[in-house]
Amino acid sequence: MLSADPYLSVKALTKYIKKKFDADPHLRDVYVKGELSNVKIHTSGHIYFTLKDNSARLAAVMFSANAKSVKFKPESGMTVLIRGDVNVYEASGQYQLYAQSMQADGIGDYYLAFEQLKEKLAKEGLFNAVHKKPFPRFPKRIAVVTAPTGAAVRDIVTTLNRRYPLAKVVIFPTLVQGAQATQSIVQSIQAAGKSDFDVMIVGRGGGSIEDLWAFNEEAVARAIFQSQIPIISAVGHETDTTISDFVADLRAPTPTAAAELAVPSKAELIDRLLGYRSAMYRMTSNMITKDKTALNRLMNSMPFAYPDRLYRPFIERVERATDSLQRETDQLIVRAKERHNYLHNQLANRTPVQRIKQSAIDIGQLERRLDHLLSAQLRSNQQQFSSAMRTLDALSPLKIMDRGYSISYKEGQVVKSVKQVEKGDELTVSLQDGTLKALVTERNLTSEGDKENG
Amino acid sequence: MAEKEIMFNQAMEQLEEIVRQLEQGDVPLEEALTLYQKGMELSKVCHDKLQSAEKQLVTMMNDGKEVSIDVEMDGTSK
Repeated sequence: MLSADPYLSVKALTKYIKKKFDADPHLRDVYVKGELSNVKIHTSGHIYFTLKDNSARLAAVMFSANAKSVKFKPESGMTVLIRGDVNVYEASGQYQLYAQSMQADGIGDYYLAFEQLKEKLAKEGLFNAVHKKPFPRFPKRIAVVTAPTGAAVRDIVTTLNRRYPLAKVVIFPTLVQGAQATQSIVQSIQAAGKSDFDVMIVGRGGGSIEDLWAFNEEAVARAIFQSQIPIISAVGHETDTTISDFVADLRAPTPTAAAELAVPSKAELIDRLLGYRSAMYRMTSNMITKDKTALNRLMNSMPFAYPDRLYRPFIERVERATDSLQRETDQLIVRAKERHNYLHNQLANRTPVQRIKQSAIDIGQLERRLDHLLSAQLRSNQQQFSSAMRTLDALSPLKIMDRGYSISYKEGQVVKSVKQVEKGDELTVSLQDGTLKALVTERNLTSEGDKENG
Repeated sequence: MAEKEIMFNQAMEQLEEIVRQLEQGDVPLEEALTLYQKGMELSKVCHDKLQSAEKQLVTMMNDGKEVSIDVEMDGTSK
């Protein structure tokens, strides 16, 4: 600077000022507290922001190398504690705070980061129950993503062996803490995902929140979410809860518990097998007993106990039918006989024999009647005759002759008139006690009549 | 032991299905007896598999290859 020119270049002056800043030990390592504003996170990962309080503002930058270690996402309005140095940015002639680390004031960084990521992933739905995959009951191959040494892997392997030695276990050696942990865990999960595992256990043993931090990283959470294999997370102790636990399909409080959740217990399975055996035996023998009882009941039932009763109704029917048949046949015959008899009688009634007989009877009757009538007639005639005889007797000329009268006959004829007789005629004179032969000598007719002879 | 094909999980699931069917009790006796026989065989297979598998096969992935390791790890090696 021995130039005669009294004017300095801007560059030279700025360099001078910068040297002043460099020289100040206080500015090389400062702790400053303030509120974030104008936070801009560049795609490169650098963070540009303004740190302010009520009365002052300070431009600040945090390069990506340092920004990576910030556990939370810086946002305007947050009060932060920053450690860094103050220097000049020559190009713009600005002094600014170069932040090396940043912590949230009041609440812890980790807590803040945890809450932020949890809220974000919850909003995206990564914790939703619908995404939880079911676990096979009897896994054949189990992937274990954890550190190859230490209590966690030992607990897991011994527990799996004790409970379910049937499954094959493959350990994916993984860095579970430190700067490389996140990447290592993600890689192991993805590597295991390429093979045909039934279950994956992802975890580590207990430690500080920093030790466990990788399991709160978004990359790990997303790797767990994307895994097609159901994952049990087992990070730290029971009281430790990580983002991984929320995303995993199942959360185990400890590595040992994870192994217990992953596989069934051999002892319990053997118990269950014995249970199945006795249950099968019991159910089958119950069934046999039941069927036997049913069979016995059937055998003792009416038809089997009294087989004859089974066909008795049929016998009865046959007998009844036979009877019916017999009866009907008999009746048929009887009716036919009756018909025959009727016809026979009809015929018999119409034979001439009968009529002859009847006629004979009639004849007999008629004969008898005739006899009867005849004899009656005879009797009546006899009576008439007797009566007539009596009358005749009464009227008889003999009676009159008794009184002296006689009857003269000429040639058998009663001579009633003198005119019947001629002189010389021989007359027979009938008297009461005999006859006389008389010769007519004279005939005198009386006045009343022509008297010829007398 | 010619039929060692069946996997434990298959045998177990078949066995459980048989127990379930028997529990329902609506299978005919002949079928129930067949199921019983089959169930007993399966339970023996499962039991044998459980009893015989004393030592677990544990391997470690090492550069993309599986390397057998001892189960009785003490956690302090390496």
